Amino acid sequence: MRHTISLLVENKFGVLSRIAGLFSGRGYNIESLSVGETIDPQISVMTIVTTGDDQIIEQINKQLNKLIDVIKVIDMTELDHVEREMVLIKVAPKQEDKAEVLRLAEIFRGRIVDSSQRTYTIEVTGDEKKIEAIVELLKPMGIKEFVRTGKIAIAREGVKKG
Amino acid sequence: MKITGAEIFVESLKKEGVKHIFGYPGGVVLGIFDFLYDNKDVQLILTRHEQGAVHAADGYARSTGKPGVVLVTSGPGATNTVTGIATASMDSIPIVVFSGQVPTLLIGNDAFQEADIVGISRPCTKYNFLVKNVEDLSRIVREAFYIATSGRPGPVLIDLPKDVTAGKAEFTWPEVNIRSYNPTYEGNKWMITQAANLIAKSKRAVIVAGGGVILSGGARELRELAEFTDIPVTMTLMGLGSFPGTHELSLSMPGMHGSYYANKAIQESDLLIAIGMRFDDRVTGKIDAFAPHAKIIHVDIDPTSIRKNVRVDIPIVGDVKRVLTVLNKVLKEDMKEQWAEVRNAWLRQIDAWKKERPLTYTYSNEIIKPQFVVEKIYELTKGDAIISTEVGQNQMWTAQFYKFDKPRTLLTSGGLGTMGYGFPAAIGAQLAHPNKLVIDIAGDGSIQMNIQELATAVINKLPVKVAILNNRYLGMVRQWQELFFSERYSHTKLDESVPDFVKIAEAYGAVGLRATKPNEVEPVLREAFRIKRTVFMDFVVDWKEKVFPMVPAGAPIDHMLFEEQKEKTEKKLKAVK
Ligand SMILES: Cc1ncc(C[n+]2csc(CCOP(=O)(O)OP(=O)(O)O)c2C)c(N)n1
Repeated sequence: MRHTISLLVENKFGVLSRIAGLFSGRGYNIESLSVGETIDPQISVMTIVTTGDDQIIEQINKQLNKLIDVIKVIDMTELDHVEREMVLIKVAPKQEDKAEVLRLAEIFRGRIVDSSQRTYTIEVTGDEKKIEAIVELLKPMGIKEFVRTGKIAIAREGVKKG
Repeated sequence: MKITGAEIFVESLKKEGVKHIFGYPGGVVLGIFDFLYDNKDVQLILTRHEQGAVHAADGYARSTGKPGVVLVTSGPGATNTVTGIATASMDSIPIVVFSGQVPTLLIGNDAFQEADIVGISRPCTKYNFLVKNVEDLSRIVREAFYIATSGRPGPVLIDLPKDVTAGKAEFTWPEVNIRSYNPTYEGNKWMITQAANLIAKSKRAVIVAGGGVILSGGARELRELAEFTDIPVTMTLMGLGSFPGTHELSLSMPGMHGSYYANKAIQESDLLIAIGMRFDDRVTGKIDAFAPHAKIIHVDIDPTSIRKNVRVDIPIVGDVKRVLTVLNKVLKEDMKEQWAEVRNAWLRQIDAWKKERPLTYTYSNEIIKPQFVVEKIYELTKGDAIISTEVGQNQMWTAQFYKFDKPRTLLTSGGLGTMGYGFPAAIGAQLAHPNKLVIDIAGDGSIQMNIQELATAVINKLPVKVAILNNRYLGMVRQWQELFFSERYSHTKLDESVPDFVKIAEAYGAVGLRATKPNEVEPVLREAFRIKRTVFMDFVVDWKEKVFPMVPAGAPIDHMLFEEQKEKTEKKLKAVK
């Protein structure tokens, strides 16, 4: 099953490679990984999306906890939480599809962040389903480039699942 | 007053109570070596290879419980430590390795003798540091010793750029405060009570004791538990010595080359109490068929060891000694069982297994059996010695035929299985225990992997004894080839390439002795133990001898092969593969 794990780590050099090394060394999957500073510049937050059966996920959580630089491990999948990801999509539609591209961007509350003679770059933020949906719809119009941030997640206040 | 990084380094070691370090010099650590030249507090033992230095520090640590310390240069000096570090890591041994590094400004420039040792050693250290400012040095040293020795111990590496050790700063000694590192020592009381209940209910319980018992200093508590509840104990390779091998409740070692009765007891048990061990595949064999009827209680300080490869009913995260102290108290105060009665049938069954298939071999009058040498060493030392081993058959025969009664008397590379470990480890142990008899039980292959350390032993007057079970083969590999590869001895026959170990010893200024007949074994051993010098003993042994019992890799642990069954086994083996 897919899990989204949020980590608070010391903002030191080498920490990312310790985490990445743990996953590669033990053969765990990383589907996506995003890193950024928190309000406290000494602490970074990492969001890792990974897959595995219950036993592997338990091991991943424990192994992450065991790393000296990891302050806290939160398996978001156990909690009620909000997940978001941002993508930038550069489309090169034919003349007759241009209006449809703009319409889709609007429906998905995307923003056109760059445009040229032949292309639009659309920024979309949302959960996985929303991103997948717009990508599917834009594909026939000709996606030239596609970049995504990887997921970030935050727990909802005060509610615990189950 | 500001002092140099080199002085801070030595000052910090003094604060940590370090008297000996093992090392090897080179360009970027010349400053430190210069400072050590006339320093009286910290003595550097020059090994003849950096791998030897790390194993020596490891042997020092295993035999004393105190961290071993290493100092090497950058680049090749640092990379030569990797096998030693990985060895210590797999067996949770506290060592602190200092490696020189090129000056900070040159890092990343492919400078002369630069290696990214922090990157290289990351997966095999518990933690590692690159010191970027001389002001941080003493704090980092203190943190390194704390991390190496607390929780589940392990190796820590500190990379010291040349400019950092040359730079100057005030000496400070700040308390360790690592917010993200808080090992759990106390076991959960409720879980411990649950464990006590299971123990009281079980009819066929067995304890599997691992290296964690020794690391936590919990041997006494383990013995108390076993004796009070009348539960037999089997000790993993790393656990040998955690419970007296001569005790009537001892089942010897389990697993691939374990005793018949240990493996039978595990497979038939209704409760397995795993203490400070991690269910290595050499212990469990086929995991799905392991202890099929047993509930499992697992005590370990490292939560990742629990439920890593076997299901566990009662997980207890904590320090073995502390958990057992509480468990023993609960058992004594709250449980009303008449233990002797409860266990009577089970212990009788185990006795029957012990009689049915004891650990044994066929003695010969003509040719020296390697097991006989180990038995004789045990007999003559009466167990009062520190024994190290190399890896291979020599290691397994030692585990089977030498009875370890006390913790920290066996030094062996369990997890990594590093050939070349035993001799330098024995040197480290001898340095820490000048008056003890320290013996490396070796193979002719393994001993050649760090044979250069003869110089270290001789020059430091360390009277280490090396008993080479010389079978002229890479014996353990040959055994697998005989059993699983139709006796095709691909690159395992050393034969005439095996050097004359007596002459080698003599060339280094040590003593060399040789036995080629069974009746020479005892006199050679007696002579070696009498001489207060480094001695190599070359025991020319039967090359055909194999380690039995043996569970083929991947088979359930009660599918064991025994000596006399050779014909049948081969067929069985094919079936297993
Ligand atoms: C550094 C290293 N290389 C290879 C091996 C694989 N290996 C395991 S046992 C063994 C043979 C050991 O031969 P020897 O030291 O003569 O001991 P014996 O088995 O004959 O007692 C080998 C090559 C190892 N354990 N360590």
